[in-house]
Amino acid sequence: MNDINRSLRTAAETLPTRAPADLDRALTERATHEGLLDVAYASVDSPVGALTVAATPRGLVRIAYSGFDDEVLGELARKLSPRVLEAPGRVDEIRRELDEYFEGRRTDFELPLDWALTRGFGRAVLRETARIGFGHTSTYADLAGRAGSPRAVRAAGNALGSNPMPVVVPCHRVLRTGGGLGGYTGGLERKEFLLRLEGVLV
Amino acid sequence: MHVKLPPFQVLLDEHRADVYRFLVATAGPGEADDCFQETWIAALRAYPKLRRADNLRAWLFRIAQNKATDAHRSRARRPVPVESVPERPVWPTIADGEPSLWATVRGLPPKQRTAVFCRSVLGMPYAELAALLESSEDAARRNVHEGLKRLREEWTP
Repeated sequence: MNDINRSLRTAAETLPTRAPADLDRALTERATHEGLLDVAYASVDSPVGALTVAATPRGLVRIAYSGFDDEVLGELARKLSPRVLEAPGRVDEIRRELDEYFEGRRTDFELPLDWALTRGFGRAVLRETARIGFGHTSTYADLAGRAGSPRAVRAAGNALGSNPMPVVVPCHRVLRTGGGLGGYTGGLERKEFLLRLEGVLV
Repeated sequence: MHVKLPPFQVLLDEHRADVYRFLVATAGPGEADDCFQETWIAALRAYPKLRRADNLRAWLFRIAQNKATDAHRSRARRPVPVESVPERPVWPTIADGEPSLWATVRGLPPKQRTAVFCRSVLGMPYAELAALLESSEDAARRNVHEGLKRLREEWTP
């Protein structure tokens, strides 16, 4: 049998080592067309590092700072749908708005948001956060109050800490009462960068 | 029961190249691209309904095997104009530049075709091959054995 096994392995060396790249594009196009692409994601470059950006057919659902890739995709598969595919074309609109924001040409995001990764009080806090305008700031205590539970300051802080769409839902605009910077999902350096970009810090 | 299925992209990244090679060998270079897309679309469609997250490669290759078999069937139904009726069937045909061995592999019954490729080229364990073929491990071994035997008989280098 070894003879034919060897011939098979030799013949296997003539097979293409990879599938043609245009087949990938055709696949994501058809998956989109047939409603099978539940979560599309891509990497987007920015001055605060590479971002993993994910969208559902309803809109932007997740922005993650670099380095969390596998973890982020696993979370999307578990919480939203395992039909998660890399599809840069599907996040073009989000990429464009982010580029404009980082270049100082955009103060408001217009892209539709999918709040599926948020719930309850956390969602209420983040929705209020989304209303804080470019260059303005608020406090954890203020947001807790606007979300309906003035005493739940710590819970508001936790909700902001697990904001699934940083930058677009501007949790960087939320500071401590008294002016301290507070924390940030992507690290304080990023928070400072964004606040400087918006003219809050000089 | 809740299963933790990995993001579909992980499956695609891990198995795309082998699935494509499998299809070029077993469906033929002319059919591989279509079969490839049909395989992944069918997999994507069924994926969220899977109740087990183990043996994902076996599951994928079973779909690919079915798409290759469909391609063989529709090809057999497609009339090909010939000048004179050959004494022996012309299928399997050899594509330009490919080793004639693959054409002989395509002449095997579907399960033997899959068994031979997955075992000899991919080195797939028998337990996984059995899951792929939805058979016992003994039956998987027999399919490999019979397939290789027929190749030795039918293939002339």
